[in-house]
Amino acid sequence: MIKWFLMQTRSGKGARPTVFIGRASVTAGLVLSTMALAPPRATGVSPTSYHPPYNNTGPYSAAPIRLSSHRPSYGSTVSERYRQLMMARFNKALIPAFARKYNLPCSACHTTWPELNSFGQKFRDNGFQLGNDRDAPIWQNPSYFPLAVRTTPMWHMETTTHQPVDAVRGDATSGTVERTITQQGFDLSGVDLLFLGTLHKNISFGFVPSSDNTGSFHLESAFVRFDDLLDTHWANVKVGKFELDNLVSEKRFLFLSANGGIYQNYHFVPVGDATTFGLGDNQVGAEFSGHSENSYTRYTAAIIGNSDGEVGFSGGSQAYDAAVTVSQAFDAGSLGIQRIGLYGYLGQRPTTFETTAGAAIPGTGSFNKSFQRYGVAGDFFLGNLEFLPLYLRASDDAYLGTATAGDQPLPAGARAPKWNGGFLEIHYYVNPQMIFTQRSELIRMSQQALPTTPSNLGNIDAYTFGYRWYPMMTSRAGLALHGEYSMVKTIGAVPLSGDGVGLPPLSPDTPVWSRSLLFGLDFAF
Amino acid sequence: MRLATLQKKFVSNLGVILLAMVATSLPAQQTRVGNIDGHASAGKKEYRRSCVGCHGPDGDGLGENAQWIDPKPRDFTAAVFKCRSTPTGTLPTDDDLGNTIHRGVVTTNMPSWLPLTGQVRADLVAYIKTFSPRWSQGHGTPITIPPETPTTVESMLRGRALFQKMECWKCHGPAGHGDGPSASTLTDSKDNPIRPYNFAAGTRFKCGETNQDLYRVFMTGLDGTPMPSFADNLKPAEAWDLVHFLRTLQPVKTPEAAAWKTWLKSNANSLKPIGPETQ
Repeated sequence: MIKWFLMQTRSGKGARPTVFIGRASVTAGLVLSTMALAPPRATGVSPTSYHPPYNNTGPYSAAPIRLSSHRPSYGSTVSERYRQLMMARFNKALIPAFARKYNLPCSACHTTWPELNSFGQKFRDNGFQLGNDRDAPIWQNPSYFPLAVRTTPMWHMETTTHQPVDAVRGDATSGTVERTITQQGFDLSGVDLLFLGTLHKNISFGFVPSSDNTGSFHLESAFVRFDDLLDTHWANVKVGKFELDNLVSEKRFLFLSANGGIYQNYHFVPVGDATTFGLGDNQVGAEFSGHSENSYTRYTAAIIGNSDGEVGFSGGSQAYDAAVTVSQAFDAGSLGIQRIGLYGYLGQRPTTFETTAGAAIPGTGSFNKSFQRYGVAGDFFLGNLEFLPLYLRASDDAYLGTATAGDQPLPAGARAPKWNGGFLEIHYYVNPQMIFTQRSELIRMSQQALPTTPSNLGNIDAYTFGYRWYPMMTSRAGLALHGEYSMVKTIGAVPLSGDGVGLPPLSPDTPVWSRSLLFGLDFAF
Repeated sequence: MRLATLQKKFVSNLGVILLAMVATSLPAQQTRVGNIDGHASAGKKEYRRSCVGCHGPDGDGLGENAQWIDPKPRDFTAAVFKCRSTPTGTLPTDDDLGNTIHRGVVTTNMPSWLPLTGQVRADLVAYIKTFSPRWSQGHGTPITIPPETPTTVESMLRGRALFQKMECWKCHGPAGHGDGPSASTLTDSKDNPIRPYNFAAGTRFKCGETNQDLYRVFMTGLDGTPMPSFADNLKPAEAWDLVHFLRTLQPVKTPEAAAWKTWLKSNANSLKPIGPETQ
């Protein structure tokens, strides 16, 4: 009998809510939702096993899997996954509080907010300091408070093809047929409360409570950073929960829709894979970083807990992950600044736990299995055009890829799943207050965990088009009129778009298109 | 002959036309920062992005944030600049302006725009020069900075004596804290209150951080502020003495501060206090 233990529900006073919403959980949500379509394995059914609630009769029907109460579970409703996505797509950082503190317009630090320009990058690298000997709070008017808030009232429409529905409305016994589901209406995004600033000269902090669109908050970021250790920009330490130093940041990008509002590459795991990790998820750990005076040369090296950003010992084991980034920018004269960088992430996830009364004990995971993500990214300017390419190469251990406990034999023919991914994002800046955007994104499986799995299962194609118009540009607040259309084709992974949909098709290897159309008033104060 | 006359006329007219073309194609005020030519039209775009909030759309220092800023943003229409390599009363060089953008002005709202490309900084300099007709006069001639004299305790003691004699303490305070008896009365050229530099709190100087930068400030003054040029009152060696002494007041580790501290351990009692009581 093959066991696969994820974390069990904590009981008693310290129990966590079953529903955890937030960026960090997005990847976990996607992991679990794609595992629901995993190829069949010789899997024993235990009392705590869970069967997906929907009528998945395809060849990759779900295997029973033990669940974590901290993660979005198989048992969670599809709406919950949708809410996670709604959260994920919104946690983007721009801080008008800094503009107010320093009396600089948004455009000083952002190409168009929330994306940073080279000056904003240096400001961030300096620990939110301009370096004018007036950064410490003691120099500020006592009434200054380092808080900014961002949210987006919107209208959006979501369309998802091949959704299984009752053949006769209201009759659960009538059988299941596939239909295209379209939904639309006015809506709200989540809310970010962005507390970021300095505690003292060269000691900075970040604290970001973030909610979904129902007002359910979680802690998106919380860290303290010590800057310029030994009086050099090359030595800074940050401890807490924070965004990985992705050259192309998902926290500061210019997309909001359900389908376009995440980088698929930053959260993808193959169908049936148990790895819980996303490059786009904020992680808990410690980061050592450094940069040149102008931040053209940058590096980070981080040691990360293996909880994919969740607090506590929910990650399971006493192992740690490692993340490394390095990038170099070049002054290309009138073309602008060109930056290219490398990144790598080496992680481990436990496959078994100590248990008590059948329930896993947090932090006791063992039989850790590794996974890796690495690639190259860039940020290139050609006058008013900006190009943001990224290439990702990834692989997971065969145990993770097949969701097999490490003390058990692998399924016959099991091997490490591998895939390639990438995107090219293009911005055209009409002026600092008007921008057009486009992104094309692909993920291609190069090796499935099981030889019997179709080679294209898990592949994703995503395309997004958008614009943002900033009718005002001051140092006090920001408003953007945001329009976006995005479409994603998934094979085997649960489509993301829509509220109450997002179900796998009757035949999981059927390509499903999810489309989003969004118009929003994105504001920050 | 007729052919020769025609040829002469043709060449002459061609010359006039070419001259006119060259004249019209040259920018009104050519700008060159380092080895980069600046273009005002490109600079306007960047100015709008990064500078307009403080310096204002007309360059008059009346941007929407100016009311909250102290000291006030520079008024480019007056074309009076603090940080120059040129004598007092003259315009700075393009490199001076470029250096200010590059370096920022410490203890003010003007940050270092170091991450901008050299081209963008040159473009900004070109655009800033469009705000005042004074630039048609051309900039001043940079002063010559002689080699620095040896950094000795004797030099610092001479500098300390000059600090007393030249009445620097009246504004900057006996300990260089910017709290001299005249400090509260000072105004800039636009009648805005202005505080003298506090040597004990700043890790850098407004117009640079090297000894040469500090020397230059003595000899050029900070135009638009009460800080005068001492070019007519200080000999170069004396200016270096003053530089060495002021370095001992900073809250950072400098060779001067280290030597001074060591000397003070056994000689502190021999120093007369700086200030009016010693006069």
